[in-house]
Amino acid sequence: MPGEVPLRGRNLGDLAFKTLLTIAAIAIPALLAFLVWELYLGSKLAIERYGLGFISGTNWDPVAEEFGALPLIFGTLTSAAIALVIAVPLSLGVAIYLTEFAPKWIRQPIAFVIELLAAIPSVVYGLWGIFVLIPLLRTAVFPFLRDTLGFLPLFQGPIYGNSMLAAGIILAIMVMPYIMSVSREVLLAVPTSQREAALGLGATRWEAAWTAVVPYARSGILGAIILGLGRALGETMAVTMLIGNRHEIAASLFAPGYTMAAVIANEFTEAATDIHFSALTYVAFTLFFVTVLVNAAARLLIWRVSRGRPSGGQGV
Amino acid sequence: MKHAVVVGLALAVGPGGEVAAQANLNGAGATFPNPIYQKWFDSYAKKTGVKINYQSIGSGGGIRQFTQGTVDFGATDGPMTDEQIAAVKGNVAHLPTVLGAVVLTYNLPALGATKLKLDGTAIADIFLGKITKWNDQRIAALNPGVKLPATDLLVVHRSDGSGTTYVFVDYLAKVSPEWRTKVGVSTAVKWPTGLGGKGNEGVTQQIKQLEGTIGYVELVYAEANKLRYASVKNAAGKLVDPTLASVTAAASSAKLPKTTDFRVSITNAPGENSYPIASFTWLLVKVDNPDAGKAKQIRDFLVWMVDAEAQKIADDLGYAPLPADVASLVKDRLKVLKAAGKAV
Repeated sequence: MPGEVPLRGRNLGDLAFKTLLTIAAIAIPALLAFLVWELYLGSKLAIERYGLGFISGTNWDPVAEEFGALPLIFGTLTSAAIALVIAVPLSLGVAIYLTEFAPKWIRQPIAFVIELLAAIPSVVYGLWGIFVLIPLLRTAVFPFLRDTLGFLPLFQGPIYGNSMLAAGIILAIMVMPYIMSVSREVLLAVPTSQREAALGLGATRWEAAWTAVVPYARSGILGAIILGLGRALGETMAVTMLIGNRHEIAASLFAPGYTMAAVIANEFTEAATDIHFSALTYVAFTLFFVTVLVNAAARLLIWRVSRGRPSGGQGV
Repeated sequence: MKHAVVVGLALAVGPGGEVAAQANLNGAGATFPNPIYQKWFDSYAKKTGVKINYQSIGSGGGIRQFTQGTVDFGATDGPMTDEQIAAVKGNVAHLPTVLGAVVLTYNLPALGATKLKLDGTAIADIFLGKITKWNDQRIAALNPGVKLPATDLLVVHRSDGSGTTYVFVDYLAKVSPEWRTKVGVSTAVKWPTGLGGKGNEGVTQQIKQLEGTIGYVELVYAEANKLRYASVKNAAGKLVDPTLASVTAAASSAKLPKTTDFRVSITNAPGENSYPIASFTWLLVKVDNPDAGKAKQIRDFLVWMVDAEAQKIADDLGYAPLPADVASLVKDRLKVLKAAGKAV
């Protein structure tokens, strides 16, 4: 054919495009490495003075210049765990309902409204928490929990409102849209043949959903949960407004706590001494590693769950 | 001919105005005086064309940026320490702008319209966690004839580092040796007891919602939100309400010497009318500024700021203005400012 250009390895447009994409792909890890380096530089003073004892220390005294981050690490992990315990069943239930059971006309509007929750700024969640959630928890929910489950150390002690549990609940509301909408997408991608096969074998709608659809999508669902977890670990503003901001490890969920992100937001602007500033950067450094560790553990979980098989079918 | 002159004038003014708009001064620091600073800088720009940009990033950040030279002036609610001053080789002047005060606000419906009365020892014992009931003898003795409930007393403090906290704990350290040794003075401290609220609004929210709480907030904030606050017994043994007048009185009675560098704490000030939990807030400027143009602009602004007109604006916004004697000391102090070694 006249005018036909033979396909060669070197095409200027391709080359330029490839270079551009390579730069973009390298830029992200490079930025991350730079971030870690900067965090290290900023926290060097504190690392030299406190070493790894910083992570196990429980004292936080800017005047005496003694800093320990254990209550903060505990608070970050606990509040995120509470959030997942509440948000995972709820958002998974909604996702299953919306893909398998809900009437067609209602699916899109409900999904849209829930996704809208993700667009609300966290300071608005915090204010809503202060003025609506906290009074409700303090006057109704917490006393009820104390009366019914008060034999557990988790639900004992004085009720202030601002507490670890309040922070966990607001986080649950905040991560729900992420887990819900990603799970829903994953469930929608499950081939119809999975459902038809299960129904053909005489399964009820529920059995088909639970044994054929959900297991098929489970690695995607785990991915959705990790996304939610990441959000919960790093959330700052809403948490600091509700958690009570006390450097303390308490058994009770009614007691105030503190998180790593919250202490940085609280004390960074007024950290006048170098060591205080450096200790806060060290907290940021620690938060970074905790997030990496938790994410790595979660990836490992996904890998083990989905190892060898592209998808489920085990439950059937 | 006449027209040409007018056009010529307009042209001369036009670019001149633009040059002034670009010749910004940049400042950063304390959040507490931010509203009055913004108002001042706005009024000053309208009057003189000199634009001043101020970012309320907190006192710690203000000192840091001033030290690094990224801003033309800093602002802080707590004076720089000797080490911090050494870090800028002593090239800094503290200039007080307005006064702030900290009030104790509480939620105790049983008290009705009666105002709670406290003294330094009682306040320190409350925040040390040594007083845990409202009907404690140490509170009751100060409030004769008032029926205090036997309920739990719960402390709320600031969780974020803050100049308000600095002023408050500076006062506690003066009235209580135990506070001085056990807790100390800083923008953030290790609180022996209580819950932390973020910002004045965070503290206020917890106090409003929870009966039996007591905490501290900025006077300006308490006034704007119509919070109930306690009278405090001052160093002269008189019960004083926090008002703009009693705060200004505290600054006046501190009797600063003529050679003062203004790095003084005026908490627990003497004088019958002084409210004891008050403080200056400062601007930090270079004593010798190598940039002569900026040195002059800063000096001119400061001259305007301590004058009656600007101080009146402070009063209108709910900030306690500098007393006349302090304002004249500041004017004297401005004479030491230099531009590249020469007088401005």
